[in-house]
Amino acid sequence: MKLTSIKELEDLRAQILADKDPDKPCITICGGTGCHASGCENVISAFKQGLETEGVSDRIDIRVTGCHGFCERGPIVIIFPQGIFYQKVAPEDAKEIINETVVNGKILDRLLYIDPITDEKKIHESDIPFYQKQKRMVLENNTLVDPTNIMDYLGVGGYSALAKVVNGMTPESVIEEINKSGLRGRGGGGFPTGRKWESTRNAAGDIKYVICNADEGDPGAYMDRSILEGDPHSVIEGMIIGAFAIGSSDGYIYVRNEYPLAVANLTIAIEQAREHGLLGKNILGSRFDFDISINRGGGAFVCGESTALMASLEGMPGEPRAKYIHTSEKGLWDRPSNLNNVETWANVPLIINKGADWYSSIGTQSSKGTKVFSLVGKINNTGLVEVPMGMTLREIIYDIGGGIPDDKEFKAVQTGGPSGGCIPEALLDLPVDYEQLTEAGSMMGSGGMIVMDEDTCMVDVARYFTNFLQEESCGKCVPCREGLLRMGEILTDITEGRGTMEQLSLIEDLSELLKDASLCALGTTAANPVMSTLKYFRNEYIAHIKDHKCPAGVCKELITYGIDPDKCTGCGACMKNCPSGAITGEKKQPHVLDTGKCIKCQICYDVCKFDAVTKE
Amino acid sequence: MDVDQSKLESIIAQYDAQKGSLISILQDIQAEYSYLPVDALEYVSKEMDIPRVQVYGVATFFKAFSLKPKGRQQIQVCMGTACHVRGSKKVLEELERKLEIKAGDTTLDGEYTLETVNCVGACALGPVVVINDEYHGQMTPMKVESILSAK
Ligand SMILES: Cc1cc2nc3c(=O)[nH]c(=O)nc-3n(C[C@H](O)[C@H](O)[C@H](O)COP(=O)(O)O)c2cc1C
Repeated sequence: MKLTSIKELEDLRAQILADKDPDKPCITICGGTGCHASGCENVISAFKQGLETEGVSDRIDIRVTGCHGFCERGPIVIIFPQGIFYQKVAPEDAKEIINETVVNGKILDRLLYIDPITDEKKIHESDIPFYQKQKRMVLENNTLVDPTNIMDYLGVGGYSALAKVVNGMTPESVIEEINKSGLRGRGGGGFPTGRKWESTRNAAGDIKYVICNADEGDPGAYMDRSILEGDPHSVIEGMIIGAFAIGSSDGYIYVRNEYPLAVANLTIAIEQAREHGLLGKNILGSRFDFDISINRGGGAFVCGESTALMASLEGMPGEPRAKYIHTSEKGLWDRPSNLNNVETWANVPLIINKGADWYSSIGTQSSKGTKVFSLVGKINNTGLVEVPMGMTLREIIYDIGGGIPDDKEFKAVQTGGPSGGCIPEALLDLPVDYEQLTEAGSMMGSGGMIVMDEDTCMVDVARYFTNFLQEESCGKCVPCREGLLRMGEILTDITEGRGTMEQLSLIEDLSELLKDASLCALGTTAANPVMSTLKYFRNEYIAHIKDHKCPAGVCKELITYGIDPDKCTGCGACMKNCPSGAITGEKKQPHVLDTGKCIKCQICYDVCKFDAVTKE
Repeated sequence: MDVDQSKLESIIAQYDAQKGSLISILQDIQAEYSYLPVDALEYVSKEMDIPRVQVYGVATFFKAFSLKPKGRQQIQVCMGTACHVRGSKKVLEELERKLEIKAGDTTLDGEYTLETVNCVGACALGPVVVINDEYHGQMTPMKVESILSAK
């Protein structure tokens, strides 16, 4: 049904709410990528089938939603109206959940989350420490709506911000509101969003573009993916409002090729928005036209950079250009263009609905609202978290993340992806804030937060990012193309035991050069991972260079494996699994490892139950 | 490989032969053949009136494109940061040993292609290996055998 006025939108919303029985049981199943990987598809079909065979499908609803964030505990199922939270649900559990929990209201203890510290069973999502300290505004709908059904989004107040905008706000007042809210870009740079919109609005030209950056190239991050998959309409609504403010009628969403589910859900959402007159000509009966098309990226990290992204949208290789002419004046097809990140767009409807004053009350002096992070690596509670700006890294890692697994020591947390840096223990009380993270030698970035423990080698991490960037460098400018290659060679020398102390100062020189002379931010920030590890973990570099040792036991060339005869029981597990036949021994006798044949795959170390395999 | 011209024609028509849609068109061709056959690139260049050098430029710039045919089973090992710190390199090395090929190559019988990717966005489950769109989380070198034989 095409909505041709705000009244029709509100009537439809009232109808959806009236039709909804708040007491009707609903089984909500997470359909995000993490849960997919854990097999939620089979769980979904088991529930569907279970409702049929039990003959209760008319009394019980089923809803497949986007990512709930606690990916490690997937597949996740929540039973409404009580809000009972079940984790690691298997297809075999479906029938019992339907009969016991949904029909009889009985809680199945074995599927509850157990707090590892207190050993307490937690029934509701809100009781679980992982969720308690979060402030889920952008991610809120992810647990509430079926992303493939626009009615769900309308039912939770969707497109009411758009209605407010077309019903009497002027483009200037929208920009004013965004400016006042203090919203800054979530894609990495943290540029004030309102100001960006204003320059594009003021740029000369009739045709202007609004673009959503959904390239999410930061390895170790999946915030944007989860928003697009779970709540695509919030991004679309944000873009429509932005287009209204900027004076654009053409939008593009540039999505990463590796995100097929995001593309699928976005495509459905855009079609449904069109059918309802929320995209297309005369939106909600106004004189404002706007539509969006989707472009899939080609798997190049550099295409997340604004000018490279625009080149790619034009069908060209994704090479950045110098920015003495701003994209707000000459961007895509040389016309004024406004690019924002997925999460930035998703914040817009919230601000319009609840007001700039409310929004700017959350966060710190210079960083407002919330930020979504992908909290991953060596951490107990892995997943997506949304926290108010200003929360400390320590709170995120220990209170929400539950600390480091296996009683290991925390070593560093990496934020900002390949442009960011590693933050040591001593700085864990830093708040999440654009300026403060930059001052520490890292950056807010798009939201990757990778936790590293004592088993992570910081030189290896520096080499990892340098190799990543060297491979992803487009090759257009020399400092980045050649500089990263040389940087990689030096780091490889160090990790393989050929490093010299002189090379450390060479690294510092190269870093300065990359920063000063590269064409785009890929190159200018490329040395951050190296410089931050060198600053905070210089000892590890020195251990590699002077002692030819890798303290974390990661760099293959610098470690040797052996078997401790006092601990070895001769069980044979290592011998059986050794791919190179380097281990020999009689049953029940201590085994022997031939270092000449050893390929250092570490399989023996991992399979030994008696800690008898040594690593030096 | 013979390319079916009518198929290419319909892919190009889907995008109204718009030059800006070159990447999308190549993606659809790649989805059809699992790689970009040279004949298809020539055809696209001619039909869309885009210089060959630009078509090749795009086809070789982006990681999503391959000019070589791929195996029936495409194995992608995620090399994202989260997977890296949890040991994805060891998983890759074990796959290389088991399949007797290096990352980027295809086995002689055309069964497997082994590739690395920069992040598949399933970071909570790292290390992740994706085989023909099926995700395998929390991988270890020890689990490699079973995911290969599960097929
Ligand atoms: C090499 C490189 C990669 C980038 N990748 C992304 C990305 O994947 N997603 C993103 O939103 N921004 C990315 N950015 C930042 C964008 O250039 C741009 O600043 C951002 O999309 C603007 O939106 P915002 O103001 O809403 O943050 C990248 C920048 C560089 C230099």
